[in-house]
Amino acid sequence: MTAAAAPSATPALAVTGVTRRFGQRVALRDVSFTVDGGETVAVIGPNGAGKTTLLSIIGGVLAATDGDVSRRPADVGWVPQQPAVYGKLTVRENLELFARLERAADPRAAADAMLDQTGLRDRAGDELSTLSGGNRQRVNIAVGLLADPDVLLLDEPSSSLDPRQRARLWEFVDALAARGTAVVFTTHDVGEAERHADRLLVLADGQLLFDGTPAELLAAAGQGASHLEAAFVAFLAERGF
Amino acid sequence: MRVLLAKDLRILRRSPLLVGLLVAYPILIAVLIGLALSQGPGKPKVAVVNELAGGGAPLTIGGTRVEPLEYAEKLSESIDPVQVRSRAEARRRVLDGEVLAAIIVPRDLLQRVQSTIALAGGNQRPTVEVLYNAQDPVKRRFVESTIDSRVAELNRAVSGKLTEVAAGYIDLLLRGGHFSLLGRSFDVIGLERAKQMIDTVLTRTPRGTPSHAELQRVSRFAGLAVDNLDLAKPILRSAGAPIAVKEVALRGRHTPLNAYAVAIAVTLSLMLVCVLLAAGMLALEREEHAFSRLVRGLVSHTTLVAEKIVLAAACAAAAALLLCAGVSLFVALDWGRAPWWVLATAVGGLGFAALGVAIGALAREVRAASLLAILLTLPIAFLALVPSGAVDDTLYDVIRAISAVFPFRPALHAVDAAINGGGLAGPLAHLAGLTVAWAAIARVGLRRFA
Repeated sequence: MTAAAAPSATPALAVTGVTRRFGQRVALRDVSFTVDGGETVAVIGPNGAGKTTLLSIIGGVLAATDGDVSRRPADVGWVPQQPAVYGKLTVRENLELFARLERAADPRAAADAMLDQTGLRDRAGDELSTLSGGNRQRVNIAVGLLADPDVLLLDEPSSSLDPRQRARLWEFVDALAARGTAVVFTTHDVGEAERHADRLLVLADGQLLFDGTPAELLAAAGQGASHLEAAFVAFLAERGF
Repeated sequence: MRVLLAKDLRILRRSPLLVGLLVAYPILIAVLIGLALSQGPGKPKVAVVNELAGGGAPLTIGGTRVEPLEYAEKLSESIDPVQVRSRAEARRRVLDGEVLAAIIVPRDLLQRVQSTIALAGGNQRPTVEVLYNAQDPVKRRFVESTIDSRVAELNRAVSGKLTEVAAGYIDLLLRGGHFSLLGRSFDVIGLERAKQMIDTVLTRTPRGTPSHAELQRVSRFAGLAVDNLDLAKPILRSAGAPIAVKEVALRGRHTPLNAYAVAIAVTLSLMLVCVLLAAGMLALEREEHAFSRLVRGLVSHTTLVAEKIVLAAACAAAAALLLCAGVSLFVALDWGRAPWWVLATAVGGLGFAALGVAIGALAREVRAASLLAILLTLPIAFLALVPSGAVDDTLYDVIRAISAVFPFRPALHAVDAAINGGGLAGPLAHLAGLTVAWAAIARVGLRRFA
């Protein structure tokens, strides 16, 4: 978790009244929030709450049925849950390919910068299919950062990582936030959200039920909750989820 | 698109099995087609049971010597005869599949032929028996076409000999000569000489006498017989081959079967490589989870569809041209038309690739896309090869309508025209239309692709 960012006049990201329907089913209903530069926000909620749908809409992968997102997709770094890179290409080739598609001025230099930032320089020539799940995820995140975005979206970034790789991932993400990047990530791990997020968004059944700090969620859950995960479960139970 | 093309080519290069198949497939097909077209069918093994008395010794019919062995050798030119002793052995070999069929020449064949020529009466036609295994319809068809045509050749030869003998009899009747029957020799004066003799006698017979009038009638008859028997020889020749066949191509140009087979092989290869590659490469974008990342502002849906179409068409056209080059080692192809081959395979490839990306967009998974591609394209190709007249008119109209919305038939017409000559503009325009239509379907299919 970074030092709490002071609220700015213009947030790095503003989501206003976003609704998404899949036929009759409403996956998101009237979701609004803002994220400031340098702030890290965790989106938590039960399965099927709409977390991935929310990030997909902000990232430009899905269109909202209604509502607005302040940023164009090209200005947002999007890291999907599954590594969205090519197994038959090397680490460097993947980075250079997406740097070219992002229209980076110098794709090779952009790839070099990411290799250094992710600590994968020694594996630059290896085909991605030969890397471990953790290293593949690091490349996946590096691709999301190629355009040096002001906003970074991470969909369950640590789900396939071992504890050591997780620690390295969060060290990396925290450093990005410290440099002013607004980070929004989804997770099922409430402890991870508590450790690394400045703010929590609680989504359930497509509705934004809570927007506040971990301490505020603890308070909102009442006297019985001794830690954040218990507070989160109690909070949802009180509201019938 | 250039960046994506470079990426996909790199991925292809890293897939040695796929690249190996892309190169090996046209070479293998070229060798198979080439060998099949250049070698021709071998002589079929046919058992022959010769029951002829004397093993087919020469015989004399109407003073003409006939050599049965001469006809046996003619038969051997087109089949590989396996001499067997008995009908039972022939039957066993046919049933065991050792020989394709068996020809049984009966003991009394020559006597019957002789009786026929000598007009000795009796209505037993000389008959050669053919045994074959009718269990396999394809084999049955092959035997029928092979043996029937050989027996027909023999019949023609025997018929020619019979005509020759009969013509000899007519010559004897007309012009006279020596004739042997049952060891005795006869001198036949002939109708021409008989008329001359009668006319000579007539000059010596006083006019107005009954004898003169009767001799005049006999002379007129002899004159008529001489004139009309001369016409009998061409009539006999036409009886030997009663129906003449004149082949007239009513429509279209004449493409040799070999060259058309090459066009079919090239089009089938183009179709399989193109459809499978385009469908697979598009579905792979989804399986690698890269599709969502690409289309969130980096690449448009239309560009992605176009890139896969260009990639698959280029690879498949290269494979098809490789196949042409391979086949040309066995079958004479006009290399002067090579630019047309390139044009036809490239445009045909675009049509097939557009169909492939539509399949990939709808199937969404590589395995499902490959399966769907095979299941859809092969029946369409076979339907497109059904000739008019082979099925009911209404059914043919349905087949034609189905074939018109898939690229196989216009691609075949284009490749055929490119290889063998003919109008290219129509098929190419048809393919261009189908490319746009199938690409549009693929573009719509991508909406549910992420």
